[in-house]
Amino acid sequence: MTAPVTAGVIRRGMGILWIAVKEQPKVFAVSAVGSALFGLMTIAQAYVFGRITERVIVPSIRDGHARTGYLVAAFCAVLIVAILKVVGIIARRLGAGVMQYRLQATYRRRVTRRYLELPLAWHQEHPTGELLSNANSDVEATWYPIAPFPFAVGVLFMLVVTLGLLFVTDPVLAFVGSIVFPAIAVLTVYYSRRMSPLMTEAQELRGEVSAIAHESFDGALVVKTLGREGDETARFRAKSLELRDTMVAVGRVRGLFDPLMEALPVLGVLVVLLVGTSRVGSGDIDSGQLVRVAYLFTLLAFPVRALGWVLNELPRSVVGWDRVQRVLTATGAHTFGDSRITDGGPTGLSVEAVCFTYGEARVLHEVAFDVTPGRTVALVGPTGSGKSTLASLLVRLIDPSTGAVHYDDLDVRELAPGALAEVASLVPQQTFLFDDTVRGNVTLGAEFADDDVWAALRIAQAERFVTALPDGLDTVVGERGTTLSGGQRQRLALARAVVRRPRLLVLDDATSSVDPSVEQRILAGLRDSDMASTVVVVAYRRATIALADEVVFLDDGRVTARGTHAELLQTSDGYRDLVTAYERAEAERAAVQVEDDVEDVVA
Amino acid sequence: MSSQTMDGRAVERGAIATLVHGVRMTPEFREGLVVTLLLALVATGGRIVVPVAVQQTIDHGLNRPGSPDLGLVRLACGLAALAVFVTAGANYLMNVRLYRTTESGLAALRVRAFRRVHDLSVLHQAAERRGSLVSRVTSDVDTMSTFMQWGGLLVLVSVAQVLLTTLVMLAWSWQLTLLVYICFLPLVLAIRVFQRALQSAYKIVRERIGELLGAVAESVVGAPVIRAYGVQARTAERIDGAVARTMQAQTQAQKIAATTFSFGELTAAVANGAVIVVGVLLGVDGHITTGELVGFLFLVTLFVQPVQVATEVLNEAQNAVAGMRRVLGILDTPTDVADPGDDGAVLPSGPIGVRFEHVSFAYPGGPVVLHDVDLEIAPQSRVAIVGETGSGKTTFAKLLTRLMDPTRGRVLLSGVPLDTIRFSSLRTRVVMVPQDGFLFDSTVVANVRYGRPDSTNDEITLAFAELGLADWLEQLPEGLQTKVGERGESLSVGERQLVAVARAYIADPDLLVLDEATSAVDPATEVRLNRALDSLTRGRTTIAIAHRLSTAEAADEVLVVDAGVVVQRGSHADLVGTDGVYARLHASWMSQSR
Repeated sequence: MTAPVTAGVIRRGMGILWIAVKEQPKVFAVSAVGSALFGLMTIAQAYVFGRITERVIVPSIRDGHARTGYLVAAFCAVLIVAILKVVGIIARRLGAGVMQYRLQATYRRRVTRRYLELPLAWHQEHPTGELLSNANSDVEATWYPIAPFPFAVGVLFMLVVTLGLLFVTDPVLAFVGSIVFPAIAVLTVYYSRRMSPLMTEAQELRGEVSAIAHESFDGALVVKTLGREGDETARFRAKSLELRDTMVAVGRVRGLFDPLMEALPVLGVLVVLLVGTSRVGSGDIDSGQLVRVAYLFTLLAFPVRALGWVLNELPRSVVGWDRVQRVLTATGAHTFGDSRITDGGPTGLSVEAVCFTYGEARVLHEVAFDVTPGRTVALVGPTGSGKSTLASLLVRLIDPSTGAVHYDDLDVRELAPGALAEVASLVPQQTFLFDDTVRGNVTLGAEFADDDVWAALRIAQAERFVTALPDGLDTVVGERGTTLSGGQRQRLALARAVVRRPRLLVLDDATSSVDPSVEQRILAGLRDSDMASTVVVVAYRRATIALADEVVFLDDGRVTARGTHAELLQTSDGYRDLVTAYERAEAERAAVQVEDDVEDVVA
Repeated sequence: MSSQTMDGRAVERGAIATLVHGVRMTPEFREGLVVTLLLALVATGGRIVVPVAVQQTIDHGLNRPGSPDLGLVRLACGLAALAVFVTAGANYLMNVRLYRTTESGLAALRVRAFRRVHDLSVLHQAAERRGSLVSRVTSDVDTMSTFMQWGGLLVLVSVAQVLLTTLVMLAWSWQLTLLVYICFLPLVLAIRVFQRALQSAYKIVRERIGELLGAVAESVVGAPVIRAYGVQARTAERIDGAVARTMQAQTQAQKIAATTFSFGELTAAVANGAVIVVGVLLGVDGHITTGELVGFLFLVTLFVQPVQVATEVLNEAQNAVAGMRRVLGILDTPTDVADPGDDGAVLPSGPIGVRFEHVSFAYPGGPVVLHDVDLEIAPQSRVAIVGETGSGKTTFAKLLTRLMDPTRGRVLLSGVPLDTIRFSSLRTRVVMVPQDGFLFDSTVVANVRYGRPDSTNDEITLAFAELGLADWLEQLPEGLQTKVGERGESLSVGERQLVAVARAYIADPDLLVLDEATSAVDPATEVRLNRALDSLTRGRTTIAIAHRLSTAEAADEVLVVDAGVVVQRGSHADLVGTDGVYARLHASWMSQSR
C-alpha cells in the first residue's frame, strides 16, 4: 500500500497530471498562463528593484538630490508589476481551484454512477467504508496535486528565465548562486522519499482509527451490556498511539525539511553577496546588478517549493487513482436486454435449476419451482438455508451462478434497465429508509397521488402512525429525521412496494418486527386489496404460510419439498419439524406437566 | 434533544475560553511549552539575516569610498551564515517538540473522548448520529492537529517575525517604519472582513460536502433498495445535485481566498513604492543610508507574508476551536448513568433476585412510558415479559440492566440498589442480549469470545453444541473461523442472533435478559435453543422479552405489560384462561402460528 517516491511513482503521477490536463485543457491553460505571468512578474520585480537601486536610490542619495520624475516612475513601475503579478495570481489560483474541483466532481460522478451500475454482488464484496472513501477521499487524493500543479508549471518556466537572466548578468555569480537549485531539488526528492511512506501510513492509520470508532460506536449496546468499555478503549488507544508515533515521525522529517528549505536560499544569497562584492570590486558588475541577483534569490525561495508540493502529493495521488480505477474498471455489471413486460395482470414466475455460489460456499443448489400468475407461494426453511439469497435472485438483485429466473416466459436478464422494477417489488428483511419525507420514501420520486400513498400506507398498517407524525406525509425520516421503531420502518418499506401495485411481490420476512396482530391485519389487507399480484413470501409464521397456495421448503440450499401446507405436513419431516415446533414444544411441556401431576398424585 | 445539551454547554464558551478549557483538560499540551516558545523566537531571528546582511554589504562593503571592504563583507556573511545554521537548528528542535507535545495531547484527548462516548448512557448515544460521534474522535481531533502544527506554529513565527522586523526597521528609520505601518493598516483592517467571508464560504463548503457524503452513502448503503425499485436515475440525480453544489461552494471560497491573497500583494507593492519615494527623500536629507533603504525593501516582504497567512490561520483557528468544542462537548456531557467504580458494591454471589420499587420512567421531555412498576422476581425463575410494541417491555429490560436509570423509584438486584453496584460486577453477572444481534467485523469465534475473553475454542464449540447449534455451526463454510463481515452482515439476520446468544451464554451470567433475541430465527431452531437455554440456565434467573408467545408458554411466570403498566402476572396456564390482555395476545398468536 505504501508507495514511496520512486521513478515509477513519479512517472505514473505525471501520467495522472497529463490526464487532468487532457480533461480540463482550457482551465489548465488559463492557470498555467497566469502562473507564468506571475513568474515573469516576480522576476520583473527583482529587475525593477535593481534598476531603481541603480538609477534612483544610489545616485539620489549620493548626490543629495532627488528627481521627482524618477521617483514617480519608480513608484508606478513597482505598482504596475504588482498589478500584473496579481492578475497572474488570480488566474493561477482560480484556475487551479476550478480545475481541481471540476476533476473531483467529474470523478465523483463517474464513481457513483458505477456504484449504481455494478451488481449487488460486487457491493457485498466491498465494505461500506471502502466504497465511501473511494468516492470521497480517494477522488480528493487523486486530484490533490492539481492545486499546486499550475504554480509548479509557472515556477519551472520562471526558473528557466531566471537562470538565463543570471547568466546574462554575470555567469560567475549565476553559477555560484544556482548551486542552490540542485541542492533544493535533491533535498525535495529526499524529503519526498522519506515522507510519502509516512504520510501513507498516517493516512491508513487514520482510516483504522476511524474504523474502530465506527464499529465500536455501532456496537455500543453490545459493548455496554457486556461491560467491555475498557477493552474497547484499549483497542482504540493502541491504534491512536500508533497514529501518534507516526505523526511524530512525520514531524521529525518535516521539522528538518522546513528549516533547511528556508536556509538554502538564504545561504545562496549570502554566497552571492560574498562573491558579488569581489565582482563589484573587480568591476565586473555594478551594485545594482548585485542587488538584483540577491533579490531574485529571495523571491525564488518560496515558489520553488511549489515543485516540492506537487512531488509530495504524487504518491498519494497514485494510490487514490488506483483505488478509483478499481471501481471504474470493475466488471461484472448486469447486462440488460431491451424487453419490457407491458401487459397487466400478475406475472408467472419460474425458477429454473438455479445455483448460487458465494465465495467458496454453495448457497443454492439446483433450485427450481414455478408459480402460476396470481398465486401466492411461501418460501419456508431453517435459518441460514438460503431463503434471502433466493428472494434477491427473484428480483435480480443478484444473478444466479447457473440457471435462470423467468417472468412469464422471459428471462429476467433480457429485461431492459428499469423494466424489472416496473413489474416486481421486493420488501427486504432489513429496512432501508432514505433521508427523505415519508412520501419520498414511499414514492421514491415516482408520480403517485397522495390518495394512492395513503391507500398503500393503509394496507401496510402504517396509516395511523403516519397521521400522528408531526408533519404527516412530509415528516422527514431516515437517520437525520424522526426516529421510527423497527416495526414502523418495516411498514413504510411495505407501503413502498404496495403503492407500485407490483405484478410480482416478494416479501422477505418483511414483517418480522411487527406485532402478530398487526401483521395479521397487513396480510388481510394484502389479500383483500384489488392488487393483482403474484406473491412470494419468506415466512415462519403459520398464518403467513396459511395464506399461500403453495409452500416451497428450502433446506441447506435445496428445495426438499413442494406442495400445499397440508401435503408438506404429511410428506416432509423437515417442514413438519419447523412449522409445528411450537405445538410440539407445548405438547411436550403438557406431557411433562401430566407426568409431574401423576407423580404428585402418586406421591 | 440531548445532542443540543451535548453541544450547548460548550457553545456558551468563547473561542479563547474553549482553548483554555481544552488545554486544562489536556495537560500534555503544556509540557515544555516555554522552551518551545523560546526556540520559536530564535528560529524567527534567522529570517532577518538577509536584509541585515544586504544592508551591511552595501553600506560598508560596496559603498565605502574606494574599493569594497572584502574583509567586512566576509565577516558579515560568515556571521549571517552562522545565524542561519543556529536558527535552522532551533527551528528543527521546535518542530519536533511541537509535534511530540501536540500529538501526545491529541491522542490522549481522542482516547478520553472515545471512552466517554461509551460511558454515556444509551439515551445520549442514541440521540447522536453515529457519524457525528465518530467525527468527534477522528476528524475534529485531526483539525486541531493541523492547526496546532501548522497554523499555531505560523502564528508564533509570524508574531515574532513582525516584532523583530519592526525592531530592525525602527533602528534604521522610524519614519519609514511608520509609513509601512500606515500602508498595511487597510489590509489589517480588511482581514477581519475577508476572514469572515472566507469562514462563511468554508462553512458552506463543509455543509455541502456533508450533504454530498450523505448522498453517496445512500447510494452505497441503500444499494439493494435502489436496485429493487429501479431508482438509479433518481439517486444519480441527487448525487449530481450535491456534487454540483459542492463544486459551486468550493469555487466561491477559492474566489475569496484569491482576492484576499491579491490584496496582500498589492499592499506590499504600495508599501514598497512608498518606501522608495519617501526613503529617497529621506536619504537625500541624510536620514537613511542606501543600504538601509534597500534592506527596508527586503524587510517589507517579511511583513506581507504574516499578514497574508493571517486570514487562513484565523480560519484554521476557528475550525480548530469548533472541533475542540465538539470534542469537549462530549467530555463535558455528564455520564448520567455512571459507574460507581471501586467504591461501588459487588453483587452477592449466587442467583440474582430482582426488585422494582415503584419504578417509573419517562424519556427526557417525553411522556411516561413505564408507570409505577412495583414487583419482585425470585432468583432462579424464568420470566417472560409480553406486550404489544411500544408497551414498555424494552424499557423494563433497559432499567433492569441499568442501561438507563428510572425517573422515579429504584431497582434492586439481590437486595442491592442497582445504581450502587460497580460495573465490573454488574456487567459480568447481568447480561442482556439485544434484539439487534450486532457482530464485530471478525470471525464467529472472536465474536463469541467477546462475551468472555478467556474462553477457549473448545469451550466455544461446546457452547454451540450445548445450545443445540452444532449442526448450524457445521454447515458454516469455515466453522468457528467463518468471517461474519461488517456488522455481521455476511450472516443472515437469524444467524447473527444465534451468535449473539452464544456470546451471552459463554459470558455465563447469573441474570440473563433476552430482548427478542431470537426474533428472526426459525421456529424449530428457536424452540431447540430455548429448550437448551432452559436446561442450561437452571440455577440462574432468566428474563425474556418476546413477541413470539412460545417463549411465554415455557416460562415459569409471565408479566404482561400494557401501555407502561404491568397489567397481569402469573403462569401461562393461569393467564390464558383469564379474560384479559394476555388471553387476547395469545389468541392472536395461536391464530397465527397454528
